[in-house]
Amino acid sequence: MNPTLRTALRGATLPALVLGAWWAVFHFGWTDTKLFVPPSEVWDTAVRLTANGYLWTSLQASLGRFLAGFVIGAVTGTAVGTALGLSRLFEKVVAPSLHTVKQVSLLAWIPLISVWFGLGDPAKIAFLSLAAFFPVALNTFEGIRSVPRELIEVARVFAFSRTQLLRRVVLPAALPSIFTGIYLGLLYAWLATLGAEYLLTSGSGIGNLLTDGREHFWMDQVLLGVVIVGLVGFVINLVATRLEARSLAWRGKSTAQF
Amino acid sequence: MAPLVSAATLPSPPVAPVVPDTKVPSPWRRRGVDLLLSWPFPLSVLLLWQLGAQFEWIPAQILPAPLVVAQTFADLWATGELQDHLLISLGRVLYGFSLGTGLGLLLGVSMGLSPLVKDYLYPTFRLFAQVPSLGWLPLLMMVVGIDEALKIILISKAAFVPVTMNTYNGLRNVPTSLIEVSKVFRFTRWQLLRKVVFPAAFPTLWNGIRYGLTHAWLALVAVELLASSEGLGYLIVYGRQLFQLDVVLTAVVVVGAVGFTLDKVLAVIESRLLRWRRDAF
Repeated sequence: MNPTLRTALRGATLPALVLGAWWAVFHFGWTDTKLFVPPSEVWDTAVRLTANGYLWTSLQASLGRFLAGFVIGAVTGTAVGTALGLSRLFEKVVAPSLHTVKQVSLLAWIPLISVWFGLGDPAKIAFLSLAAFFPVALNTFEGIRSVPRELIEVARVFAFSRTQLLRRVVLPAALPSIFTGIYLGLLYAWLATLGAEYLLTSGSGIGNLLTDGREHFWMDQVLLGVVIVGLVGFVINLVATRLEARSLAWRGKSTAQF
Repeated sequence: MAPLVSAATLPSPPVAPVVPDTKVPSPWRRRGVDLLLSWPFPLSVLLLWQLGAQFEWIPAQILPAPLVVAQTFADLWATGELQDHLLISLGRVLYGFSLGTGLGLLLGVSMGLSPLVKDYLYPTFRLFAQVPSLGWLPLLMMVVGIDEALKIILISKAAFVPVTMNTYNGLRNVPTSLIEVSKVFRFTRWQLLRKVVFPAAFPTLWNGIRYGLTHAWLALVAVELLASSEGLGYLIVYGRQLFQLDVVLTAVVVVGAVGFTLDKVLAVIESRLLRWRRDAF
């Protein structure tokens, strides 16, 4: 057998077994639990909630605040990270405080934010930007700080202006690290979207879909929610990787010249 | 010993002619300056905050003064309430973290060493890891209820994923050249694992454990905020419900301090365990 096919088949064994067992338990009536539902019911719920638009509204609300929060957090994060990387003084004055504040577990901010910003979208977006801010800021800082000294020296030899130095040397060299930060920022922001929707329970969203399902003991809806959370995470992952590969495509060329 | 230290703290004439730039301050002095520079910013924020509360620019209900928070901290500590919540939280994290790390090491090592195990389990593991701990939370709450089991399961899941991932990657990325050298030396399989593979994989593996602990702490706070009647997360929710923001802030500070300490402890252990690396160079 073709080795890739064999690997794929082996990988699919366990999920297939679980799915089969799940289906069999209900098909042969081995249980009369009200808690669990057969796979077919999860599918029916997915179809029903898509048809009446509930799923779509929730997804839209979640993704909307996810993007808004991420953009705010990533932009401030890049700005602060760049300032930290370019100015030693700024770094020494601000970085220790930043590292201290970072230690607080992310979700512990939510109760405070809810007092300051209320329970609606402003609070959620503020929290999401906080979640995205730290990884972006710290990785931008790291990236700029670890630009090889030789590159800067070469740029000095060519008498680059400060703008040229930043645009042609520092930014490209720091880009991979900045992307790591953006990638982490996306993941944290998605995690924070869920946390914010659990704890600030107003409005709609995927988190609310899950909480609603749990409160009403609708297992089908909860399972559907879990699948959607996974799928959105997967798509975010995919987009981030693609984006990174595309903007760093020039790297492949430049190393080929050596 | 003494003259060495004092010489290091002085601006010092160039002792070693190898160093041309005599203006570079000694490391001790530089560290002192760094320390001095790091204080004004947080201190001025605190001062502004305290003044703001004193002159009632910001209502105490929205942001209590730092001195009030400090007083609340002292009160909660004196009554022993804070320690009780802290110990409960720490107990949960250690229990869940040990469980998750144990299972993660087991799965990571078996997938790293056996391609067959990897073929069968890795895709399922990826599927499982794709949904963050917070996504599993509502499902778990329905299945196991909101008792202690929920907290332990969620915390161990949070530690399990990074530990498994890093153990597997660490073992897989051991340089082939190292394996080849040990083949030349005719190492037995056990020697190969003990002397080559595990030491080479250790830094990545330990990184996974550190991430695991950070994630475990994050998950603990999440689960205590959502479903608990004791612990630091509960203290935050309780303070928020009564609009006692001084209690909330106290708990937030403790959460940060514990997170910081846990990570520091692992960092210290790491530098102890990796001492052999310095000998090599």
